[in-house]
Order: sequence, then C-alpha cells, then structure tokens
Amino acid sequence: MAKYIVKRILFGIATAFIVATLTFFIMNLVPGGPFLSEKAVTPAAQEALEAKYGLDKPLFQQYLTYMGDLVHGDLGDSLKKRGFTVNRIIETKFPVSAKLGGIAMLVAFFLGVPLGCIAAYKRSKLVDNIIIVFSTAGIAIPSFLSSTLLMYIFSTKLGLLPSLGLSEPKSYIMPVIALALYPTCYIARLMRSSMLDVIGQDYMRTARAKGVSTFLMIFKHALRNAILPVVTYMGPLLASLMTGSFIIEKIFTIPGLGHEFVGAITSRDYPLIMGTTIFLATFIIIMNVVVDILYAFIDPRIKLK
Amino acid sequence: MKKKVAQVVAGLLAVSMLATACGSSSSSTDTASSDSTTESTAANELDVQVGPSPETIDPALNSAVDGANMIIHAFEGLLKFDQDNNVVAGCAETWETSEDGLTWTFHLRDGLKWSDGSDLTANDFVYSWQRVADPNTAAPYGYDLLNQVVGYTEVSEGTADVTTLGVSAPDDSTFVVNLSSPCTYFDKICAFAVLMPVQQATIDANGDEWTTNPETYITNGAYYVTEYTPGEQIVMTKNPNYWDADSITFDTITWHLIEDPNASYSAYQQGELDMIKDVPTEEIPSLEGNEEFNVEPIMGTYYITFNCNKEPFDNALVREALSLAIDREYVASTIMQGTYSAATNFVGPGVSDAEEGSSFEEVTTSTYGDFFDNSDYDANLAKAKELLAEAGYADGAGFPEIEYLTNDSGYHKAVAEYLQSAWAELGITMTINIQEWQTVTADRRAGNFDVARNGWVYDWDDPSNMINLLETENGNNDGKYSSEEFDSLVDQARQTTDVSEHYDLLHQAEQVLLKDAAMAPVAYYNDFWLQKSNLTGTWHSPYGYWYFMYGSLE
Repeated sequence: MAKYIVKRILFGIATAFIVATLTFFIMNLVPGGPFLSEKAVTPAAQEALEAKYGLDKPLFQQYLTYMGDLVHGDLGDSLKKRGFTVNRIIETKFPVSAKLGGIAMLVAFFLGVPLGCIAAYKRSKLVDNIIIVFSTAGIAIPSFLSSTLLMYIFSTKLGLLPSLGLSEPKSYIMPVIALALYPTCYIARLMRSSMLDVIGQDYMRTARAKGVSTFLMIFKHALRNAILPVVTYMGPLLASLMTGSFIIEKIFTIPGLGHEFVGAITSRDYPLIMGTTIFLATFIIIMNVVVDILYAFIDPRIKLK
Repeated sequence: MKKKVAQVVAGLLAVSMLATACGSSSSSTDTASSDSTTESTAANELDVQVGPSPETIDPALNSAVDGANMIIHAFEGLLKFDQDNNVVAGCAETWETSEDGLTWTFHLRDGLKWSDGSDLTANDFVYSWQRVADPNTAAPYGYDLLNQVVGYTEVSEGTADVTTLGVSAPDDSTFVVNLSSPCTYFDKICAFAVLMPVQQATIDANGDEWTTNPETYITNGAYYVTEYTPGEQIVMTKNPNYWDADSITFDTITWHLIEDPNASYSAYQQGELDMIKDVPTEEIPSLEGNEEFNVEPIMGTYYITFNCNKEPFDNALVREALSLAIDREYVASTIMQGTYSAATNFVGPGVSDAEEGSSFEEVTTSTYGDFFDNSDYDANLAKAKELLAEAGYADGAGFPEIEYLTNDSGYHKAVAEYLQSAWAELGITMTINIQEWQTVTADRRAGNFDVARNGWVYDWDDPSNMINLLETENGNNDGKYSSEEFDSLVDQARQTTDVSEHYDLLHQAEQVLLKDAAMAPVAYYNDFWLQKSNLTGTWHSPYGYWYFMYGSLE
C-alpha cells in the first residue's frame, strides 16, 4: 500500500506539473494583458510595470522563473491586487470557501445518501417518485437561479436571513443550501441506482432469509457495497466545493477563493491564474488519492497496487 | 464485521474532519467582521456600496472611480473640491501662481498630522509627487498629471533621478511646483486623488503591501482604515488627527465591497446599506419617481469610434451619415432607460467653462448651437441618407459589410443591436462582434476593428481631458483620427495662460471634431444610485465621487 501511495503521489506531481505548464502557455496566448486599461498608460510606465514583474523577459524564461519559484512554494505577486501576494490571497480566501464548502458537503452527504437508500428501498413507490422528481429538478436548477430565488424569498421578501457575507451563523444557511443542492441530488441518484444493484444480489436475499431487519439490511449490509460510487464522486466534489463557487460567492458577497479563479482570468492576473489553477489541481489530485485509499478500507476486496 | 464498519465510519469522519478543520481557521476574520456589520444600525455609522473590491487604494496607483471614492475619504491633497465643484483649500491654506503661470506655491496649514500622529510637512508632498513620477511606481496617471512639471520627462524615462523633478519644499510648510509650460487648470490637478500625500516611512517599511493592512495604511484625511477584508468590506474610522476633524460627522463608514448589483439591491432593501451605487438595471423602470433613486450627470461621454484609416470610414461623409442615423434620444431614454442623457455635442454637462460656475456645454449651445438636434430624428435620418449618397453609397449600394466591436456589459449589447437596425435603414449591413472587455480594449487600440464602442469619463474638470483624445499622437486615439487644424487648436489651448482663450480654443477644436464626425457621440454618462431619504448632507460630484464625510442619518 505504501508503495502504491508513493506511486500515486509521484503521478500527482507529474500531473500538477503538466497542468501548470499548459496553463502558463495557454494563458499567455489569450489576447490582452494585465496592464491594459481603457486608458492608455505611457510606454515608460508600461515598461516599468513589465520590468517590475518580469513580463519583459522572453516567455520561456518567464516560465522557468515561475517554475523555479513554484518549487519553493512561492506563487508570486498578484499583478492586479497590488500589494497582495498570491500565497496571501489563497491563505486568506481559501479558509472562507473551505468552511462553506465543507459544510455543504456534509449536508450533501448526510442528506443525499439516506435519500438515495430510501428511494431504492421504496422503488416505484410514491416516496421514490417524489425523491426522483426533486433530485432531477435539483440537478437541473443552476446555482445562480437557486441562489437568486433563495435570496429573493428569504432576504428580500421575508427579511429572515442576511444577504451579505458570512458574518453570523445564519448567514451560512442560504449559501450552503445553494451550494449543496446539486451534490445532494446527485448523490441521492447515484446512491439509489447503486443500491438497487446491490439489493438484487444473492447475499441480500440470504440476509433477508436470515431475518435481518430492513433497516439493518439497507444501512449495514447493502450500504457498504453501494457507497463506492458515491465515495468516488466525493473526492473531486470536496475539492470543487471547498475551493469555492464563483457564482454563489458573487451573489452572497462571500470573500472566498471561487471568485478569484474567474476574476484572475478576466483581469489577466497571470500569477493569480497560475496560483489558483495549480492549487485546485493539486487539491483534486490529493482528493483522488485519498478516495483510492478509502476504497481499500470500505471494500477489502480492493487491493491497492 | 463491526470493526470494518468502524473503519468505514472512521474513513468518512476523516473526510468530514478535513472539511471542518480547514474551515476553522477563518473564524478569526469572521468574528472581526461580524462586529461591525451587526452594530452598523447605530446612528453614527454609515454603510455604503460604491463598487466591488478596489484594485488598489494606493493614491498613486489608483485609476478607478471606486478606489478614488475611498481615497478621498482617507486622504486630503493640497487642494480639494467643495460641494459646487470649486477648488478650495485642503492641506494648503493658501496658494499663488507666478505671473508667467510657471511657478505654483502652496502654503500648508500649521500642525498637519498623519493618522499615526506624526507630523506631515511639505517634504511629504515632495516625496509623494516624486513617487508618482518615478517609473518604478508605474503610476497610471503619472504622465497625465505631471507632464507639465519641470523634469518629468527625464524622470519618467528613467534618465534622471526623481529628485530632479520640479517640486521642492523650501521650508516645512511651503511646497513649490515648477511647470515647464503653463496650465490653466493645474489647481484641479492638485486636487486629484493621485497626488494626495502618502507617508514615506510606511511605504519604505512595507513596500506595495502598505495598503493591504489597516496598521500600515497611514492616511492624512477625514478617515483611516480599521478593517480591510478584500471581497467583503473596508471599514473607515474618523481620524482624530485630521485638521478639520470637527466637521466630520460619521464615526465610521463601512464600504461594502459587493460585486453583484442584485446582492447590493437586496441588502439595501433590507436596510443593511444606506446607499448603493450598483442598482440592477432591470429594477430601474420600477424605481422611477422614487425619491430614493437619484440620477445625476458625471463628466463622460459614450461614443462610437470609427476606424479612420480604413475604407469607407476614411470618408468624413460616411462617418457623419452613420452618426446622424442614430436616434440618440431613443438610445438614451429607452434603450438605456434614462440612465444616460442623449448627447448633443461631444463635451457634456458637468464640465466647467472660463467663468466660475459656468458650463462648457451651455457655452457651446449659446455660441454654436447644439450639433445634434435630437428632437427631429426623421430629418436627421433623411440627411444621413443624402450624405451617404453623396459619398457614393446611395441606399447603401456598394457599402461593405461592417463589424461593430463591443463587450457585453451594461447596455453595450442593446446599443449594438440598436445600431444594427438603425444603420440597416441606410442599407448598411452590420454584424456585432462581442468580445470580453480585455480583448475589446486590445483590439481597439491595435486598430483591429471597423466601428467600436468607446467611452470616456473625465479625470479632471477640463474639456481638454476629453477633446485631446482625438489628437493624432494620443495613445487613446483608437480610431487614428488626424487633423492638422484640430491638433494645432488643441496645442494652442494647452500653451496659453489665458483662461478664456484656453476655453475658446477648445470650443473651436470641439467644433472641428463634430463637423468632421471624428467620432459619433451617443450619450452622456450619469451616475444613478439609491440613497435612503434619511441620509442627508452628502453630495455627488460630476467626477463620480460621493462625499459622505459631512452627512448625517436622521
């Protein structure tokens, strides 16, 4: 197993390296630049800015410099948020997104899994139909719509929940619902279909013949086998939820990292584009390794080699 | 079996603990921010929204209106603007100009202090101005503000030391600026946010980061920063060391850094904010007649740039025909929902003329008459058809298919669609090329377009700031319009020390542009915002700045 983990980590580093390289060159191909503004800057000021951030060097040399700094954990200075380093932006914004995303994921997991189990057990009954309809709708509704609707109902009309920031515990309610809606529904559907597979297996029939109660049968015997697809989905899900959602952070004015991903690209803040992309890529890679390790715990038949 | 179930649970717990562990570290910033928002209902605290996180709040580096709004509350320059947009004393109590207009001397008030309690002297202004000129600072406005100052060119090109810039402090309370050519509006430049003083000690110690921490953001104006959470809020607290602190009313001003207009509107409706600048455009029809909804002009014009180097736009008749075929009144009041005003000339309201309190636009109207008569569109359209025929494209025959370059924000797309139909009346086929803002700016500057959306908001109250954009060598002359007559008028206006001659020459220059259809003005910018009716004593200036420091909530 240790050998397997080491191998996966090495692959992960290689993947992160490829992501960094591709992002670096693709982002430099996009027209425009960080110091382009509606108002023309004098050539001298433009040159000074480019020299200050090393953008006057040939592209390949910039790449080497960047990768050198990256190895030392230095993600550079933001070009558009003057005075902020990319490390500092990620350090201050990631915790905000991570906390929100973490809560949303717990909600999605602890709501989605039981819902999927219940739907599978009550297959074709009314409960199952209701869950299917709602989970299909939940997957289809984009987050900008659900967030705006929540905001309209609970903030604007009813005035029950604050619409700005995350200043108090109840400010988390709307963003968490908006963020958890899609994964909850997705997990419920995933859980339902894999549970249906498992329920049809012989050993389930044996358990039933032995007189095991329905609750135990579903949540003890079947769940462990049926949950594997959900765990697979949870790895990348956790990474994407915890690194923030551009739309939800924008609508609820949350100072999170999700916003920086998109903002960096539109403003051509090269070091910030690189920093956020590499951060997300690394996070996803790590989560995938964690998921693989979890497999072995959940299903001992799986051997990690 | 039980052991394995426990392992599963442990595995899941590990995932969930990771989620919560990562979250816990943010609690310190959360509690800090919650204090200020929950208390903000108290009478002496103001909550406003003028934009999302500013790119910078470093006076020298700022080039945006939202940043400037915050800077004017935290800093004070030599001079400042009053409610009627006149230049009045700021840090300088008095000032005078030499007869040749080349030497400006400012006498500072006694006992000026920084927000950290240390003394502010004329040397701080010397440092701050040198910093703006220094190419290593790369101040976006360096050239515009200081190019008339002796030695600026050499300093900005890096061939001379910053100390050779024509600014000096003969003693602690006197600041002298030497200009290489006279500038009739230099007092307005001295009131500009970029030239406000900054403290050398904090910048030397903290570099670019000085603006990002409240402790190192030393100010000299009405307020200082007590909290800065990017993406959330900037909290400013009254500065007891400000010389005029007695006139400052609000104890704190919280700038909510909201990007989404719907979010700011919702917070405003809930009473969380007292004033918001970003109102969702779809709400505007329902807000008309609401006393909390304000519309006021700012100095700026929305216009269309023609690529004058390219056929058929090298022909002034064609440009004029296209320009006349635009129903400006319809665009401003219907498409832009009355948030813009129909343009009648190039320089719009809010810009001053020679006499104190006079308006450049009013003088244009009384001297030359309005160039565009927006009351009779049918006549304009008929004339446009005539002009196009005269140019050899009767009913659009033989006119190439053209492309309109714009980005998709605000009303840009709706205006583009309108132009498509308006120019179709002339028999011209136009396609719309929507690109993101960065690409539009890059393409427009490089000349990769036929016709493009353009717009300009004045940096300071002088018509030259807008008119000069069409000078042959101007970096913002995207259409590459070039006219010797125009260039010479603008240059004379720049050189003269006589204020009325300065304005007169600029009037003539504007007429040249309009007759030549160097661009097609469409509409004048307005600021529109929501402000609670119990918030009084604040004002909005044609620069797009709000002055909250003297207001009160009743």
